[in-house]
Amino acid sequence: MSENTSDLMLSTAHLTMKFGGLTAVSDLNLEIRKNEIVGLIGPNGAGKTTAFNVITGMYYPTEGKVLFKGRNITGLKPHSITALGIARTFQNIRLFKEMSVLENVLVACHMSINTGIFGATLHLPGYRSRESEARRFSMELLEKVGLVHLAYEKGTSLPYGQQRRLEIVRALATKPKILLLDEPAAGMNPQESRELMDFIRKIRDEFDLTIFLIEHHMQVVMGVCEHMYVLDYGVTIAHGDPASIQKNPKVIEAYLGVD
Amino acid sequence: MKATTGKRPFALTRNRLLTIIALAAFAVLAIIANSFFDAFMLRVFNMCAIYIVLALSLNLLNGFTGLFSLGHAGFMAVGAYVCALLTMTPELKEMNYFLVPIVPWLRNITIPFLPAILIAGLASAFVGFLIGAPVLRLRDDYLAIATLGFGEIIRVLITNAQPITNGAQGLKGLPRYATTFSVWVAAGLVTLFMVLLMRSSYGRAMKAVRDDELAAEAMGINVFRVKVTSFTVSSFLAGVGGALLGHMITTIDPKMFTFMLTFNILLIVVLGGIGSISGSVISAIVVTILMEALRFLDEPMNLIFFKTEGLPGLRMVVFSILLMVMVIYRQRGLMGNKEFSWDMLQGLFVKKGRKEGDHV
Ligand SMILES: Nc1ncnc2c1ncn2[C@@H]1O[C@H](COP(=O)(O)OP(=O)(O)OP(=O)(O)O)[C@@H](O)[C@H]1O
Ligand SMILES: [Mg+2]
Repeated sequence: MSENTSDLMLSTAHLTMKFGGLTAVSDLNLEIRKNEIVGLIGPNGAGKTTAFNVITGMYYPTEGKVLFKGRNITGLKPHSITALGIARTFQNIRLFKEMSVLENVLVACHMSINTGIFGATLHLPGYRSRESEARRFSMELLEKVGLVHLAYEKGTSLPYGQQRRLEIVRALATKPKILLLDEPAAGMNPQESRELMDFIRKIRDEFDLTIFLIEHHMQVVMGVCEHMYVLDYGVTIAHGDPASIQKNPKVIEAYLGVD
Repeated sequence: MKATTGKRPFALTRNRLLTIIALAAFAVLAIIANSFFDAFMLRVFNMCAIYIVLALSLNLLNGFTGLFSLGHAGFMAVGAYVCALLTMTPELKEMNYFLVPIVPWLRNITIPFLPAILIAGLASAFVGFLIGAPVLRLRDDYLAIATLGFGEIIRVLITNAQPITNGAQGLKGLPRYATTFSVWVAAGLVTLFMVLLMRSSYGRAMKAVRDDELAAEAMGINVFRVKVTSFTVSSFLAGVGGALLGHMITTIDPKMFTFMLTFNILLIVVLGGIGSISGSVISAIVVTILMEALRFLDEPMNLIFFKTEGLPGLRMVVFSILLMVMVIYRQRGLMGNKEFSWDMLQGLFVKKGRKEGDHV
């Protein structure tokens, strides 16, 4: 790409992740620009989630590095990476099971409340104002995504689709620059998937985000992604705009018998 | 009075009023206990307070941060010994250390109870921090085993550091500082601390770590730091509890602080509800009283038709069975992870009332 590199949000260089003899991700070179919606697609076991896990610091890559706005973040702890502005959701929903919807979001605000155990326990004035600011912010987020009426329900008691939405809100509450969504449309019917894609576009605009999302049904994200990477057995077999991906013979071959 | 109290920072709602009344009633009970109970009953009454402190400190770890630790007795020992050594007079130390003399730098230190107990807590917290930093990188069952090991190591160290701890002889004749007033103030403060902590963002972070470590980390929570903090604070509270225990029984020795002690506290926490403050408080009181009330089980019994010789340990068998029954039928303990509230109590009675009504 010929554009200047200053708007490069997230990139990886020769990123490789091996588990014993298995190479889950091999020589991955991503380039994600500010405010783009980028898709990472590929059949089951292609290494998509592993790529997310390496980017977010859950795994240390066997080779290569991860750059966030040009800064090398390889090897940082996941919470530090979140603090820099990379938030994620999980493929298998991981809400805090004993908590209400609001509390789930508030946990994500802990970072911005920035408190020690004593300041929090003694409810010192500084803590108090940041806590009430976090509550206001969380309620506002819930309002925006239409979950505010469920604020005091248990998160895990929500219907599946709303749990996915809550995971996204929770990630948004960390005030990210880039949002990594792992199969957000999993388990949704076509109608729900379309709504979700509209929703993703909406939050991108509203929160000035960059979005990187995994999906294994190519069709779901065709409409929403501006750019796509296709993995198969850890190898990047194609990247480009949706139209060219769809025509790519390698991609068609990888997906044969899948959809 | 106008009914516009809603905007006042402290509105006197019905529930708050009930709480105040309950606390006042308890204060009266404590005063009555202190002046009219016989020595044995007063001791049981005060022991309840100490077990509240200990149960809450373990619940902070097991219930609220999801760290299964079995080394609690070790931290109690550190607290008990540090506090004892700080409060005993030089003459008393002279009398205790008749086999091996006490190290000179400890001999002449004597400070009042309040600073001593705080230092005891801090010493225990420091040990907790040193142990926690490496051990908390382990997971679940490994953590339990490692902390169990460390608890024993602390005990063995105490047994062998004779010039400092007087070894297996223990320390006798500690000043009886753990009065009704001091133990219940401690229990009250620790309960208040826990309630405020669990209502705060830090408490939420702990619960997030308990519910899902990976997700907590992804939400920007420094999971390792939260765990170490929880472990350190829990050790502090265990140290304070141990110190209170020492100054109530007035005798301490390494054998007091075996795994059995940790087990007793764990029993209270599990019966009360892992992750419930009020559960721990209620359970600490019930179990402590039952432990004493069932003491007859360990003694020779005359059941008219047959006589038992006395089975030391039968009491613990009863408690272990109770624990097993609880784990099988009511896994989450008395309170689950809920907290007591007046509305809950009312709900209980209203339901009952309705049921009675149905029968009429
Ligand atoms: N922690 C791990 N240890 C060993 N192997 C792993 C680990 N995580 C993933 N793998 C393996 O790496 C490969 C890629 O898995 P990954 O979960 O990244 O695939 P995916 O593209 O997300 O697939 P799906 O569409 O099923 O979610 C799989 O073969 C998987 O078994
Ligand atoms: Mg996956």
